[in-house]
Order: sequence, then C-alpha cells, then structure tokens
Amino acid sequence: MVQCLAPDGTVVRPELLPEPAVRLDLYRQMRRARHFDERGWVLYRQGRLGVFPPFGGMEASQVGTAAALTKNDWLFPTYRDTGAALTLGLPIARTLAYWRTSPHGWHMPADLKVLPFYIPIATQYPQAVGAALAERRKGTRNVAMAFIGDGGSSEGDFHEALNFAGALNAPCVFILQNNGWAISVPTRTQTKATDLSRRADGYGIPGVRVDGNDALATYHVTREAVERARSGGGPTLIETVTYRVKPHTVADDPSRYRTEADTAGWDAKDPVLRLRAHLLGAGLMTEPSEAAMLAEIAVEFEAALAEADSYPEPTPAEILDHVFAEPTPQLKQQRAQILAEEQA
Amino acid sequence: MTATATSTRTMTMVAAINDALDVALGADDTVHIFGEDVGVMGGVFRATDGLQMKYGAERVFDTPLAEAGIVGMGIGMGLAGLKPIAEIQFAGFLYPALDQILSHLGRYRHRTRSRYHLPMVIRAPYGGGVHTPEQHADSPEAILAHTPGVKVVIPSTPADAKGLLLSAINDPDPVFFFEAIKLYRSVKEEVPAGDYRVPLGKARLVTEGDDVTVICYGGMVEVVQKAADAARAAGIGVEVVDLRTLVPMDTETVLASVAKTGRAVIVTEAPRTAGFHSEISAVIAEEAIEYLRAPVVRVTGFDAPYPPFTAVEDVYRPNPLRVAKAIRQVMAY
Ligand SMILES: Cc1ncc(C[n+]2csc(CCOP(=O)(O)OP(=O)(O)O)c2C)c(N)n1
Repeated sequence: MVQCLAPDGTVVRPELLPEPAVRLDLYRQMRRARHFDERGWVLYRQGRLGVFPPFGGMEASQVGTAAALTKNDWLFPTYRDTGAALTLGLPIARTLAYWRTSPHGWHMPADLKVLPFYIPIATQYPQAVGAALAERRKGTRNVAMAFIGDGGSSEGDFHEALNFAGALNAPCVFILQNNGWAISVPTRTQTKATDLSRRADGYGIPGVRVDGNDALATYHVTREAVERARSGGGPTLIETVTYRVKPHTVADDPSRYRTEADTAGWDAKDPVLRLRAHLLGAGLMTEPSEAAMLAEIAVEFEAALAEADSYPEPTPAEILDHVFAEPTPQLKQQRAQILAEEQA
Repeated sequence: MTATATSTRTMTMVAAINDALDVALGADDTVHIFGEDVGVMGGVFRATDGLQMKYGAERVFDTPLAEAGIVGMGIGMGLAGLKPIAEIQFAGFLYPALDQILSHLGRYRHRTRSRYHLPMVIRAPYGGGVHTPEQHADSPEAILAHTPGVKVVIPSTPADAKGLLLSAINDPDPVFFFEAIKLYRSVKEEVPAGDYRVPLGKARLVTEGDDVTVICYGGMVEVVQKAADAARAAGIGVEVVDLRTLVPMDTETVLASVAKTGRAVIVTEAPRTAGFHSEISAVIAEEAIEYLRAPVVRVTGFDAPYPPFTAVEDVYRPNPLRVAKAIRQVMAY
C-alpha cells in the first residue's frame, strides 16, 4: 500500500513528496471539504439542508485524487464525493443547492465537466469510459475520472467498465474508495477479495492500492495514473483504503451494524490532522497562518450559503423542463395542466 | 383467507410484511431471504428486522451490491428447488437486474415446458410522497406487468400486504411485490396472525358507490379515498377499486363496477405514457364501452423523471384535488 506520511505526519517516503505549494493547497482543499461536511451536519439539523451522505474522514481519498485533474478533465462523482467535486471547482453554492434538493444543484458551471452526483450505484463507470474515448477521438489529452465505493465495485457495470477501458485503452482513472462499508455491509461480507486493487489484474490494467487517508500518497499515485492516461498509457484502477467514520447518511444509525470500537482506530488516522502535523513540522504552515486559512474558508462558505439561499425555489411546471430539447405535445399539454392547477 | 387466521394484531404495513416473512420462514425451510442490507440491519426500512437473528445467516443474508446478481442468483436457487425472496432496496434500483428479469425470470416455465418453474418473490419499495433523493421514488410496475410470466402485486393496507405476500411466496411462479414507501408506517390496522392469505388476482372494493368507479392501487389508494370522501360529501357516489394485483388483473371486478357506474377514473403515480393505467383504460374500452357515460380519465404522474425537488415533488404525485377534479370531469361530461 502506497504511503507517504505515517499517521502521525512523519514522512515515510520522501521521494513522493510533492512541492510545498501543492502540499499546502491539498491541505486547504481538505479543510474546505471538511468545513462543508461539518457545516452540512449543522445545516441539516437546522432543516437548511436535506439528507446527505457525509464524507468526513475521507478527504484525502477525494481531494488528493481530484486534485490531480485539470478543469479540462471529466469527473463522474457518486453521492459521497462532494469533496472531490469541490476540489475540481464545483462551486459550494451549487453543491449546497444539490443537497437542498434544488434544481440549481444540477446547473453545472460551463467551464467544468463534472456531472451531478450519481445516485444509482456503478452506472457512471462505463460512462466515464465513453467520455475518455471521446476525448481521445477528439485528439485532446483530457482524461475521465470516475469514483465508486467498495460496495459499488460488486456491480456488473464496474467490471464491464474496467474491461472496456482496458480493451479500448481508454484514458480513464478509476477511483475505488474502499471505506469499509456499503451501508450496513462490511467489505468482508461484500467480497472475498481482500485487495480490491487486484481486480485490475483481471482486465490487464494497472491496479494501485494507496493509503486513502494520506493526501500526499493519493495525490502521488493519481497524478501518475492521470499522466499515464494522458500520454496514451491507458486506464488505472486506484483503490484508496479509507474508512467511513460517519454514518452512511445523516439519517442513518450505524449502531445497528457496527460498534464504536470498529470506528475508534480510524480517528487516529484522520487525514486532515495527518497532513497538518506534517505541514507544521516541516515549517510550511504555522498556527497563525493556518488560522487565517480557516477563517478565509469559513467566510467563503458563508458567502456561498448566502448565494444558495438566494436561489429561487423551483416552480411547479419546472418538473417538466429539460425532458427533451423540444417538449412533446404530451409534455406541452401536461405543462398546461400544471399551470391551470396552479391558478385554480 | 385461510382458517388458521384466528387472532389479530394492530400493525403497520412494514410490520405486517415482516410478519409475513416470519411466517413463511417458519413454515418452510426452503424459503430464503436475501438482498442488500437485509441481514444484520434488517433492511433500510426494517422489513426484515430480526429475521436473520431468528433464522440464521444461511437463510437470511446480505448479498454483494449487485441487483443482476441478486435476481440471477435467485433464479438459480428457484430452479434448484428453493424459495427465494429477494429484496431490491428501492424499485428505482432494479434496473441493473432487468436483463435477468426480462430475459429469464418470466420465461423459465415456458421455455422448459414447465419442467422448471420459479417460485421466486422480488420485493421492492416504490413510489413517492416521502421526499427521497433522485431515482428513489420511481414506479416501474408497468415494465414488469409488460413482462410475460411475471405476476405483479401492490398492496395498499397492512392486512393485504401480509395476505398477498404469503400468497406470493406460496405461488409457483415469479411474483413482483411492490411496497409503497409512503404507506410503510403511515397506516395501522388489525392484521390476522399466522398463515393469513389474500388470493392474487382479486381486487378489493374499498368503498361502494353508484356514480363513478375509481381504479387505483398501492400508494394511490389513500389519496383516492380522500377524494372519494370529498365527492361523497358533495353527493357523488364513488366506488373505489383497489386492484391489489396488476398481473393477474381482476378485470371482472373492474368491469362490473364500470358497468354499474358508467364512469371510470384511473389513478397511478407512474409516468403518463404507456403506464399500467393505459392498460386498464384499454380493457374498459374493449369490454365495457357500451356502459360508458363519459370518456375514461387517467390521473397520473408526468412524462418526466420523478422530481427529487422537495419544493415541487407534490406536484408530480397525484393528490386528492387532482383526483377530485377528474371525478367532477367525468360527472360533468
Ligand atoms: C443500483 C443501486 N442499488 C442500490 C442502491 C442503494 N444504496 C445506496 S448507497 C448503497 C451502498 C453503497 O456502498 P459503497 O458502494 O461502498 O459506497 P459508500 O456509500 O460506502 O460510499 C446502497 C446499497 C443504489 N443507490 N443504487
């Protein structure tokens, strides 16, 4: 398993260290992600956010991987990958809108190729292969990155996608976040396989297992995979070994299927604190400079929240919008029906 | 409606389903329950709560997260003599399994000239009204009803849920069992204990009336009842028919009621085009046109994906007002 920092922040593979500016930026992005996750819980309890799947504890798995992309690349995130989407540049306000069940959360910025969070499991994996092939066909060096969970890697779509990507040498990077659980089902019940990165072997593509709580390690292996894909070397499967310390969703009760002891050891592996210890120890960050960073992040979030608050609620007839480029006669009739009902 | 049903207990629909599964597991050790999160957790809606504890992890077990695998494996179990009961976590997630369902589930008896048959039940929560995320509120029953060799059951009350589920489990052929999420905990009623059965293919007259027949099932029954109550207060006699099973459909009850009232309204929450409501309407047109005093009216969802937008979700799903309007419309024709 590739690791750069030990859980206490000491460097175990100095040759993997990215430049100081990159390390600092990864930290900032992880903090932004964590801030979203933490504020999200509060907003949920206040009724200002709907049910959402938290990802706290998985920041290194999402930020370190997505940070290896540029804005020209594709991102296919699952519902749990808010951190990855924010890292690529999805505006916080849009993300809040999504988890507020607002259609404004489906309006992706024109300069980003990120899809709305996928709710059905695994279905986005073959789509990423198609997007990757399309980029190659168009002669670009852009790649597609798709996320999935350990549970999702049981679905047929996952295996078909890996096989297609290998056979067609698609410039694809597959991130398999092994966070230990698929709702109540632990990975050992999910599969007899103990090293999910080895699934790549069956499809003739490289598989990498990385410490998913080490942002420097996830960044390093993902950048290598992205480079390989860009330069025609084909797809890679990266298994980030991490843990879902939080419940499946904010409405889930994990005490039904796991004990506190199951989770306890993972707090000591916290990805944010790990990089923090390294940055402070290496003199790349001081407590005051960190405090300033956190203050900026908080201000940015509150401004985004205000923006999300300003998005108008959808109107009833909007539920029929965007089904086809040109509404069918049936849709036109149904729209008239909704408008008439509104008047009544 | 067997004689063993002696006492009753008040319960919710999800408790009644759990009770039916308990009875089935207790009565027949070929019965096996499997799916995502059905074991340790007892299902995301708790429909299988406590069953693994009681019957062991050989008979009630969590599968890997793969719907095609769940249904395909169940087909093999059924072919080899077990009684598989699979749970698909939400009906909107049965799509990965459609190959197994459309290509195989309904065809085995036919393609082996009854040498093999599939006594399989697939349970799936469906429908809206509870503000779920994308794709959790789909009503795909028409896809299944359009698949030869597959029965489709959709209960609307706790007692029916238990009685129909036990009939489904004891049916020699594959049965899809859709459970309206909205109804899981919103209603309670007396449910007979023990091996209580409600036969498949028999509709239920919810209320009787002389002026309009409203045909519905599952999550729409309580919506229709509210509209019917209001109409009755205004002097219109509404006969509410709860289909209970789409396949086989109790056309006799539907036609008898339409022959009596001369007016038909059909209510489902599925998209409008090519829904099961269209089938019901066609049957009425073919068999009872001479009784009709007004065109058949369908009240349905829309030809758009079910919206996950809390603010406007309730526009999609038919509500009592929309049903009441349809009733007025057929009365005024
Ligand atoms: C096709 C499909 N089946 C079932 C579900 C219901 N479901 C939502 S999340 C989940 C577990 C996913 O586990 P995993 O892939 O490990 O990802 P994680 O939630 O741990 O990030 C299930 C079964 C779904 N969304 N889509």
